[in-house]
Amino acid sequence: MSIAITTQFICFTVLSLVVIIGALGVVLLESIVYSAFLLGGVFMSVAGLYLLLNASFVAAAQVLVYVGAVNVLIIFAIMLVNKKEDLKPINDIKSRRVISTSICLTLLSLLIRVDLTNVWSLSSPQNSIGEESTIRIGEHLFSDYLLPFEVASVLLLMAMIGAIVLARRDVMSKDISTGLPVDQELIEKSSEPLLTNKN
Amino acid sequence: MEYGLDLEYSFNEFLKGFGLSSEIAHIIWLPLPMLLVLVAAVVGVLVTVWLERKISAAAQQRIGPEYAGALGVLQPIADGLKLLVKEDIIPAKADGILFTAGPILVLVPVILSWLIVPFGQNLLISNVGIGIFLWIALSSIQPIGLLMSGYASNNKYSLLGGLRAAAQSISYEIPLALSVLAVVLMTNSLSTIDIVNQQSGAGILSWNIWRQPVGFIVFWICALAECERLPFDLPEAEEELVAGYQTEYAGMKFALFYLGSYINLILSALLVSILYLGGWGFPIPVELIAKFLNLPINAPFIQVFTASIGIVMTVLKAYLLVFIAILLRWTTPRVRIDQLLDLGWKFLLPISLANLLITAGLKLAFPQFFGG
Repeated sequence: MSIAITTQFICFTVLSLVVIIGALGVVLLESIVYSAFLLGGVFMSVAGLYLLLNASFVAAAQVLVYVGAVNVLIIFAIMLVNKKEDLKPINDIKSRRVISTSICLTLLSLLIRVDLTNVWSLSSPQNSIGEESTIRIGEHLFSDYLLPFEVASVLLLMAMIGAIVLARRDVMSKDISTGLPVDQELIEKSSEPLLTNKN
Repeated sequence: MEYGLDLEYSFNEFLKGFGLSSEIAHIIWLPLPMLLVLVAAVVGVLVTVWLERKISAAAQQRIGPEYAGALGVLQPIADGLKLLVKEDIIPAKADGILFTAGPILVLVPVILSWLIVPFGQNLLISNVGIGIFLWIALSSIQPIGLLMSGYASNNKYSLLGGLRAAAQSISYEIPLALSVLAVVLMTNSLSTIDIVNQQSGAGILSWNIWRQPVGFIVFWICALAECERLPFDLPEAEEELVAGYQTEYAGMKFALFYLGSYINLILSALLVSILYLGGWGFPIPVELIAKFLNLPINAPFIQVFTASIGIVMTVLKAYLLVFIAILLRWTTPRVRIDQLLDLGWKFLLPISLANLLITAGLKLAFPQFFGG
């Protein structure tokens, strides 16, 4: 084995271990803050896997979008609303666990089946485009993938409008959840006086 | 444009002369430029700290550090030593793991970004194809480290500082990336080498600052905001937040933040000089000088000369910008958080979008001037 292949193998092993262990940690850890930070680690390792596949532009985009934007916003939201509250005990916890386990196992068997039946090897691994991939991605985005690309931007716009409507209820004349007329003052001026119900 | 020193090639040939295989030679070569750049970054920080102390003293009509070495040049080393030997404290109610990981996550992306800073045609660690985009992606990791240390400190001021830092860097990343995009549009490449070469046609006249004046100003403002320098140092505003996310830190962990912010400042200055001020280019093209002196451009003497001129020019331009940043820090008041976000979202973002549109239009209208 040459040195380059050995390095690649070590990197692949480490990155996949980080992805698997990190993802398990995201699901299993009690503290939601730890889960959020581990999620960032998982995103980073996935970017590392893209790098190993010679897709440096996709790797950088993964870091920028998932780590720099999505994960930061998740952590941001958790820190702004991180209240210590005990979850309500659930009565039928056992049956729920059985159902979720069976669903997960079905999904796992489906994925194993996909893994075994699909032919993964590329026809010609030698002519990977490498550095030229940035140009190719641009060409595809503005030709055959133009419609999905534009629809995705509409989706993001919808999410943004939704967030604005939820955050700034004062721009609507009626409250969207209760149907009551809304105080047209700023949202910071909440309907109950701030200083009276201080415990 | 394949001239200039290629140290890697010569070094590998030299090792092969001892009968080593090219792979082994490559492995021996790999750590050298990394170490060199790390040392350069740390020395750059020491120089910047000294400059900051001296210039702030001059701005406030003081003398500044004077006794540690001539003109106090050894003062930053004394500062560093002090931080090294201080006790490493983790507050009792803090979260130990996150508290330690935070500063590391802040420093590592900044140092990684030095990968793409060129000091000459072949004088950089790696000419990766995604170049400047790698820096934008890496700089977006930093807020996670800030949020992490702010949260782990278990302190209201720290948490508020961390949240402010994240909000600030998210808002200013967008105009920053858009103004970089305008430069990339003119270059047709993301690589920093190509960006500098595209500006090297006619010396100082072909620098991007003449073609992208608005982009230059937007980029500089955003870079200052990303570095959390005054007038944008809200995350650590002393009067409001004690010291923001660094409040609970001491010793080497504090030093990591300190180092990170100064390395980031130098990196931003270097990138401004690469994107807008012609990088390693001399104000008069070196080819012209060589022609004037009747010397072939590939002569070893000329190659060494151009390489050293390149390094000197890059560092000189960067430190000129660092000087401006330091002067700004000691002469301007801090903006409020609402002013900061207003500036970012209502002023810089529309301006940089318009700049991008106009650049694209000019590129199509005047392809010979705006890189067809």
